[in-house]
Amino acid sequence: MSAAIENSAPPAVAAKFTKTDFTRKKERSERVARFIFGAMALLMILPLALIVGYLFIRALPVLSFDFLFKVPIRGMRAGGVWPALLGTIYLILISLAVATPIGVLAAVYLNEYARENSFTRVVNLAVVNLAGVPSIVHALFGLGAFVVFAGVGRSILAASLTLAIMTLPVIIASAKEALAAVPRSFREACWNVGASRWQTIRHVVLPNSISGILTGVILQVSRTAGETAPVMFTGAVFYKAIKEGDVFAYGLFDQCMALSMHLFTVSTQVPDVPEALPYGTAVVLLATVLAVNALAIAFRVYLRSRKKW
Amino acid sequence: MRRRRWELISESLVEGLIRLCGVSAIIFVFGIFYFVFREGSGLLWGGRFSVFQFLTSIEWYPTSQSHVRYGALGLIAGTLSVTLLAMAIAVPFGVGAAIYVSEFCSPRAKETLKIVIELLAAIPSVVWGFIGLTVMNSLIIKLFNAPIGLNVLNGGVILALMSVPIIVSIGEDALKAVPDSYREAALALGATRWQMVRRVLLPAAKNGLLAAALLGVGRAVGETMAVLMATGHSIRIPTSPLDPVRTLTATIAAELGETAVGSDHYQVLFIIGILLFSITFVVNLGADLIVRGIRGKA
Repeated sequence: MSAAIENSAPPAVAAKFTKTDFTRKKERSERVARFIFGAMALLMILPLALIVGYLFIRALPVLSFDFLFKVPIRGMRAGGVWPALLGTIYLILISLAVATPIGVLAAVYLNEYARENSFTRVVNLAVVNLAGVPSIVHALFGLGAFVVFAGVGRSILAASLTLAIMTLPVIIASAKEALAAVPRSFREACWNVGASRWQTIRHVVLPNSISGILTGVILQVSRTAGETAPVMFTGAVFYKAIKEGDVFAYGLFDQCMALSMHLFTVSTQVPDVPEALPYGTAVVLLATVLAVNALAIAFRVYLRSRKKW
Repeated sequence: MRRRRWELISESLVEGLIRLCGVSAIIFVFGIFYFVFREGSGLLWGGRFSVFQFLTSIEWYPTSQSHVRYGALGLIAGTLSVTLLAMAIAVPFGVGAAIYVSEFCSPRAKETLKIVIELLAAIPSVVWGFIGLTVMNSLIIKLFNAPIGLNVLNGGVILALMSVPIIVSIGEDALKAVPDSYREAALALGATRWQMVRRVLLPAAKNGLLAAALLGVGRAVGETMAVLMATGHSIRIPTSPLDPVRTLTATIAAELGETAVGSDHYQVLFIIGILLFSITFVVNLGADLIVRGIRGKA
């Protein structure tokens, strides 16, 4: 700002305001601070670019269309990732089908019904704490509750339910935000014409926030795809033979392979894997996650640009 | 009239369902504690296990034929060392980046940076672990002449990169919560931005930044796959950053697959789970209380 003033002032006036040592020192410390904080911010971007670039280059030898749609062969030392990819898709779809309705209704409760009291505070606290539970503890819970206690056994169902509980708090948080963005006057107008609380929610609040809720759900897809620990002991296995290109290969009570687990397996458990294979698996997983995230972000930017109120 | 009654009934059913879903988070938190406790309780009260030994001995021999010992001190030390190193890197960088994003950069750059932070947070932990296993491993061997690159340093750096995004986003929220009138007052007195940040913003946002650091700690303590793959597999109290360690989470992930359901070894892993759950519960509760403290005052 000071630079702009100096430039616009006539030379004669500018000469009167020579900088004192104090000002110079002040400005130098400002420049140093700006540089250091900028460098710190830059150091966060750098890893993302380096990691993605490096993984991609190392993975190039195996990356192809076939890699996605072929089954692993020779003890997972060659072939593709199809069973793992399909397993991950199953886990995502089932866990979201469970978590989304519960999460959205919970957000409706917190935003539309709950009063400002200590009980609501406890509910909010529970949501925060549920989000902070380590993924391996979720795995223990899934094993204890679904696999052993409910007798479901290690299966897609048990793994999906475990993932659903894990994603629940984040869906609640994002849905709550979307609901809170609907102006209060919308609700008041609806109440004034005699609609009940639920009718207002059903016909006014939900339609106006559905896209925001959807963005939150899309973000959960990427989180679910990357989770390893919770599925490791509840339903995912190292290897499962399925037919190539068979989309309905898994049943609800089958065990399955998962992309994240497959990366762990080929990079630590199988000896003599060709170099590029784990890199290829990592790139497929990373590309899925980042693509889904980019989609959600683009969707959000688009929504914000055409917001009407 | 009949239709009206049906509508009333269905509406109260829906509201009941909404209330049930509303309290589901509480049910699940208690459910997690109950089921993890339930699986571990047989050993906990069974007399073959001493809490004192669990917390103070470094002898972890859960599968020994002659003399089984469950001393988790080495695992606790492993978790502590990796978390401390990660926070020593991530807290300054995270807070610095948060200050830059919130105070120094243009609105356009701010949007871009926030998107990058979001993408960084989305990288799955198993991919981070893979990076630790491959890239960081060979880098550490080359730079430090270490015999093996899977150690505290590797895990710490990976965990730092993983927890920076959460520290930045919560830290930025904390800075945003400081009223603009504070900034304007400082700038009007002739302070530069840096002086304003140091003398006004940091003291005012102190609690929020502390909460951000705490949430980073919670994330680092609970992280599993990345440390499982990046820290090596040796149970001990580390004396240098180049020592390999084994954390609490990695122990569960590495050993649970080999145990029979209901065996002592299986149960002791659930006891570790209880310990982890308690640690993160306290850390998250602390962070939440601090954040709410600020909101109450402001």
